[in-house]
Amino acid sequence: MNRQARTLRRKEPLTDTQLLLTITICIFFAMYIAAMAIWGGGFLRPQQLFDMLNNNASLIICACALTIVMIGGGIDISVGGLTALVVMSCVVFLDDFGGNIFTAVLLSMGIGLAFGCVHGLLISYLEIQPFIVTLAGMFFARGMTTIVSIDPRTAEHAGFLLLKKTRLEIPWLGYIVKKTGKLIPAKIEIGVIVALVIVLIVFFMLKKTRFGRNLYAIGGNSQSALMLGVNVKRTRFLSYLISGLLSGIAGFVYLMHTGAANATVAAGAEMNAIASSIIGGTLLTGGVGNVIGTLFGVLTLTTIKSIVVTSGLRDPWWQTITTGAMLCFFILLQSVVLSNRGKFKLSDLFRKKKTDVILEKN
Amino acid sequence: MQNDVVLKMRGINISFPGVKALSDVDFTLRKGEIHALMGENGAGKSTLIKILTGVYTKDSGQIFIDTDGTESEITIRSPQDAQNKGISTVYQEITLCPNLTVAENIYISRGEGSLVNWKKMEKDAGALLERLNIPARPRQQLGSCSLAVQQMIAIARAVDMDCKVLILDEPTSSLDEKEVAMLFGLMRDLKAQGVGIIFVTHFLEQVYEVCDRITVLRNGELVGEYEIENLPQVQLVAKMMGKELDDLTDMDKKEFVPVQDAAPVFEASGLTSSDCPNPFDFSISKGEVNGFTGLLGSGRSESVRAIFGADRVTGGKVKVNGKPVKISKPIHAMKHGIGYLAEDRKRDGIIADLSVRENIILALQVLKGFFRPFSRSEAEAFAEEYVKALAIKTASLDTPIKSLSGGNQQKVILARWLLTHPQYLILDEPTRGIDIGTKVEIQKLVLKLAEDGVSVTFISSEIEEMVRTCSRLLVMRDRKIVGELVGPAVQQSVIMKTIAGGGD
Amino acid sequence: MKSNKFKRWFSENTQLLIPVIAILALVIFNLIRDPGFFSITLTVNNDGNQVLTGNLISILNGASELAILAMGMTLVTAAAGGQDISVGAAAAIAGSVFVKILKGAASITPWTLIFAFLACCAVAMIFGAFNGTLVSVFNIQPMIATLILYTCGRSIAYWINGGATPTVTSPLLKALGGYIPGVPVPTPIFIVIIVAILFALVFRFTTLSTYIQAVGINQKAARLNGINPIGMKLLSFVILAVCVAIAGCISVGRLGLINHETLLLDIEMDAILAVAIGGNALGGGKFKLSGSILGAYTIQALTITLYAMKVPSVSVKAYKAIVIIVLVVIGSPVVKSAASRLWAKIKGHGSLQKEVAKV
Repeated sequence: MNRQARTLRRKEPLTDTQLLLTITICIFFAMYIAAMAIWGGGFLRPQQLFDMLNNNASLIICACALTIVMIGGGIDISVGGLTALVVMSCVVFLDDFGGNIFTAVLLSMGIGLAFGCVHGLLISYLEIQPFIVTLAGMFFARGMTTIVSIDPRTAEHAGFLLLKKTRLEIPWLGYIVKKTGKLIPAKIEIGVIVALVIVLIVFFMLKKTRFGRNLYAIGGNSQSALMLGVNVKRTRFLSYLISGLLSGIAGFVYLMHTGAANATVAAGAEMNAIASSIIGGTLLTGGVGNVIGTLFGVLTLTTIKSIVVTSGLRDPWWQTITTGAMLCFFILLQSVVLSNRGKFKLSDLFRKKKTDVILEKN
Repeated sequence: MQNDVVLKMRGINISFPGVKALSDVDFTLRKGEIHALMGENGAGKSTLIKILTGVYTKDSGQIFIDTDGTESEITIRSPQDAQNKGISTVYQEITLCPNLTVAENIYISRGEGSLVNWKKMEKDAGALLERLNIPARPRQQLGSCSLAVQQMIAIARAVDMDCKVLILDEPTSSLDEKEVAMLFGLMRDLKAQGVGIIFVTHFLEQVYEVCDRITVLRNGELVGEYEIENLPQVQLVAKMMGKELDDLTDMDKKEFVPVQDAAPVFEASGLTSSDCPNPFDFSISKGEVNGFTGLLGSGRSESVRAIFGADRVTGGKVKVNGKPVKISKPIHAMKHGIGYLAEDRKRDGIIADLSVRENIILALQVLKGFFRPFSRSEAEAFAEEYVKALAIKTASLDTPIKSLSGGNQQKVILARWLLTHPQYLILDEPTRGIDIGTKVEIQKLVLKLAEDGVSVTFISSEIEEMVRTCSRLLVMRDRKIVGELVGPAVQQSVIMKTIAGGGD
Repeated sequence: MKSNKFKRWFSENTQLLIPVIAILALVIFNLIRDPGFFSITLTVNNDGNQVLTGNLISILNGASELAILAMGMTLVTAAAGGQDISVGAAAAIAGSVFVKILKGAASITPWTLIFAFLACCAVAMIFGAFNGTLVSVFNIQPMIATLILYTCGRSIAYWINGGATPTVTSPLLKALGGYIPGVPVPTPIFIVIIVAILFALVFRFTTLSTYIQAVGINQKAARLNGINPIGMKLLSFVILAVCVAIAGCISVGRLGLINHETLLLDIEMDAILAVAIGGNALGGGKFKLSGSILGAYTIQALTITLYAMKVPSVSVKAYKAIVIIVLVVIGSPVVKSAASRLWAKIKGHGSLQKEVAKV
């Protein structure tokens, strides 16, 4: 074995991204297992987990969008508003204009791309602050929602309702109702499949494509990235374009879950998505983050909420107050962990032992 | 001979609004040579470099580059374009991404396709690092490497892109001696491989250590191109300044005799801080100029930072004028009449967007108190006085400090501390990265301050400066004070010996 | 000499150009659309007071909370280089405390009002200090740090209210949010003026503004010059908290009740917008309070204009967004430098022609 191969194989200390991801995944599993052990019941059934996914498919997609933009050092707070606009537009399109499902999907993606394109142009080519641009985007989307239809609407398109009702059933993960002895299979909505596929695609994109790596580079230090020959403007533009596209898809997935449209659809989704990304280990400063972490971020947030409900704190304010507390915990944890890096590294303990072994062999 | 030329610039002209930055400058770089580009600040070095890297576009003139033995004229449109044409630059500030791995930094935005082949990239990076003897691992996060290694990785990237011309813009200014040696080793390797290297630096000794040829610019005009053997150091300085060196020689240091029985202005015993773990003793008398010397990273900056309370002070006793006091924050030190000009001007000195006036009065304002702001006219009077006294070149008092040249920024920071009328002033590398004229002015100022009874602690990487100004030197090695040189012992050879530790 | 002074004044205030132009454009647009748009009439309101009404009054009155919050937000932006997105939620908490104390009092006298105000100030300052501590001590980005309170603030208000929307009826409270009997101008306008004067006094008699700018531009250098950056950031958040408490109390006074869900909803976005329209960099550093105040009135003038054009209140946001984008595009560095290049070209051309003429 030559020296070089050995240096390659040597275990590196975790990068910031990996470290934060590990922490999040560990905390999620610890929490979920603790919930299973203490409250049992629903937590023991796989359906509980699937319901979390069913209810949050569109949030997962929005959070993916936010993760992409945040890794590039930006922010997009228009995702919630965009979701609402897409939901309303699709319902009106399907019911009043005789659209079919395929064209409705195209419409939602088109709206998303249009917003993303404008955001990207203004932010990367005119160098306007992303917060202000996407804030205006959010205002515009929310306002347009009411201009498309000021009254709440419900989808009545037959084909769409069929799609909405479709569930993927997994019998062996189901459970048997004791009284009747009937097996209720585990059910997964189509939106969840879409969301998970998107998570995988984004994961692949961030890890393996040049666009993904360029995104990390401009988030880490855009000046350096420019000097290294990265096309900073185009990369930033693309990140907002993709964010818009994903928000459009999130809108359609939302519609598949609820089938209803009104002005307050996905209210606060942007902040939930940001919170999920942060819990998942994405830093708002850019350059650090992972979409798998974001998925676990969404699940962690939802688990906390169900734990609060299960544990008997039924007053409506407890859910958000605990969410806030949890967010506070994660934010502080990240701050402490990242600021203490280099001083004391847990991962170093393992690494040193391995190098010692190599040295001894020599 | 002509065949060896890799880069030729002829009759380069460029002007900015109101200024002719370069007029008719020629520059020739040969294959496999290290070529120093010298000149004071404002001489046009960085302008020339920026034309070469595509940041600026020249008004007129020609640039030729050698491709496989044939010379062809080129135009350089952008940094990216320069890279494609074989001109790579490594800047003083690291321009890599700290959050990516070493391998990624070497290969980002290169190669075909839209996918990243991690395995191949890491293997290639490993081979490259090994070939160039760079102590880094491909999968390491770049941020965890030392500055010197990061710099070398930047060079490795340039080398791997088959560059014919490598521009090193002040690469050594934040490296210690060992790291500089490492870098020079790498430069010599590249030279042997036939790369033409343009080396821009303020350190004269380094030029003579590593370069083959020198081109000197002054006021945007070419002074000449010289073989290194034919141009002694003194003459080089003379060429750069455009006058003979009487300025430097007419400065004479007076023998320092402390006042009998007077308590030292500042005295510390067993002082430690978070960045300076080894306890040290230190004292300075009224009107004395002393200095900390040692290699970069030997703990000299950390020591003075501990004195000023800039880092978290963890132990030790401090007396000012014989009275025990507590200094744990900069404001405490300031209240006892101590001023501190920090090492890194950009990071720790200037408040970039504030005006010259606001920057000058800042420290005095803080001392005067939160509830007693200076009126505009008072502030203007103070600023005016010091802009005149230190001959600071600025368009007006309301100009943001960031638009001043490095030397003038440094003078503003000096003015800021002089305005507080300190009894003890700490100057950490006040002459770094500024032109020789200003350097001399600052050294003279230090001696004048001492004559007026101000105690000064002076730190400089250039030992000559220390010899010229200090009457007592504390020599540091590995974060410990290893020697104290007084009076006649303050000589270059003695200092070197003490730093190296080879004397005994 | 005089022209020199004017030049200096102008160069120091160029950032106010955009909000001023925007307001002027809105004024002209409205005057063309409806020449009587800004007419003010004296009418008698429900309480039998002689009061001034008209679009101008409703712009000035309606922007009060926004203007007050924008002032505080400017300081936080300058010192911390980020924005506090929890001001709406914090205002809901402050309002709830205000109402809770007023409800608890046997009778509402000016003294109870002042006591209640001070108490809600104190509570808001605690929350402000919490945000400030996260930002300054733990070095967390302001938007992330305040996301916590943004998420759970309104729930805390709900909890303080015990899950209800309590109402308070008192002529004193009405005077706070509406009109003082005998004075025809709405009280909130006076409160804004008082707050602005207080800020001006603070800037005149302390070094707060220099310190905050120094911390915002270069924290390390500021510290080495004896400024306490942690303290300054904390202070800016606490000052914002006082603004939040004032805004919360005005809002409660207007409605006579506290609704945790709708009180000053989305005001944080408008406040940040006001700061940006005022020409202040959202990345911190130099700031101008007057810009943010003008920004706040620009936003409100726009809203009132849209209402006057019969745009439904829920759709106003869409039109607002377009105007915002136009304003920020005009103010963007790229457009600015392109414009100045163009200007220089035209000017250069002119001078060239002059020279030719001379020859």
